[in-house]
Amino acid sequence: MEQTVWAIILGIAALNYLFRVTPLLLLSRVRIPSLWARWLGYVPVAVLAALVAPEIFLNGGVPALTLENKNLLAAIPTFLVAVKTRSLLFTLLTGVASMALFNALG
Amino acid sequence: MNKRHFLRGVKDALPIVLGYLPLAMTFGVLARSSNLSLGQVLSMSLMIYSGSAQFIAVGMLGAGAAPAGIMATVMLVNSRLILLSASLAPHLSRMTAPALSFLAHGITDETYAVALGRVGEKPPNRWYLTGLFVTAHLAWVGGSAAGGILGTLLGATARWGLNFALTAMFISLLIIQLKNNITIMVACLAGLVSVVVATMISGGWNIIVATILAATVGVLMEKWNKPSGRSSSVSPR
Repeated sequence: MEQTVWAIILGIAALNYLFRVTPLLLLSRVRIPSLWARWLGYVPVAVLAALVAPEIFLNGGVPALTLENKNLLAAIPTFLVAVKTRSLLFTLLTGVASMALFNALG
Repeated sequence: MNKRHFLRGVKDALPIVLGYLPLAMTFGVLARSSNLSLGQVLSMSLMIYSGSAQFIAVGMLGAGAAPAGIMATVMLVNSRLILLSASLAPHLSRMTAPALSFLAHGITDETYAVALGRVGEKPPNRWYLTGLFVTAHLAWVGGSAAGGILGTLLGATARWGLNFALTAMFISLLIIQLKNNITIMVACLAGLVSVVVATMISGGWNIIVATILAATVGVLMEKWNKPSGRSSSVSPR
């Protein structure tokens, strides 16, 4: 487990450096095709939605649209504050405070 | 001369420092609560140096995803570094390969934006960029260390609701990314596909499948949204 974590860290580090240095050394004249650039533009929103949805709609790999699903409950105020404030800090505090409340209630 | 450029870079990095410190501290706390060691936290901030990659890696490790799934997802997310580096490259064509190899590691969304803001004025100076990049990186590593040390003092993190911190953070970043109808549709589609695939296979592959599919649909929807479908392939940059 410990070794796997280190392997992942080093792997991502190598990948990131490659992504950063290769274009800088080689790509002074070649341009990235605009279609690819636009596709990459949608990656962040897609990844984030793909990360969030299972966290709040699934519980142990099965759909959990119930009041016992604390993640789903905590997500509601979190989403509202995120839309209202667009602030990373306030959203984080709301999410954490909501979850602390639901954890305390059992 | 060099010192003056370097100090100007440091000064330009200060707004980035203010943004990085709380984010890096959050990362440190979350990573420690996902059972990463302080050494691993610092190594990530020093060597990976990318908020999105580090948060996603920690989140997926915590969820028990397969190493290959984590690598593939991070690779997809961080492929945007290629774009940043590629668009910076033409402005730095006069620099030597060793200088470029050193500066490359300092490229992030934020340092890129500040650096490009300056290259419009005159050819960027490598001491200026060194001051800018090194200062921002130090803030990132320093914030992570502070968070990593603080994280262990908090004890059982579920009691503080910290088991939801990563999800809350992703929610916030997701909402900020929603800029128009297409991005909203892409988000809904990615979420739906991710949930469906997650019920079928484990290991975090739902994320990469959903991302590729939804991003592709996003590009297609751009095309459908155009009044005339013709000549969309040569749209101006």
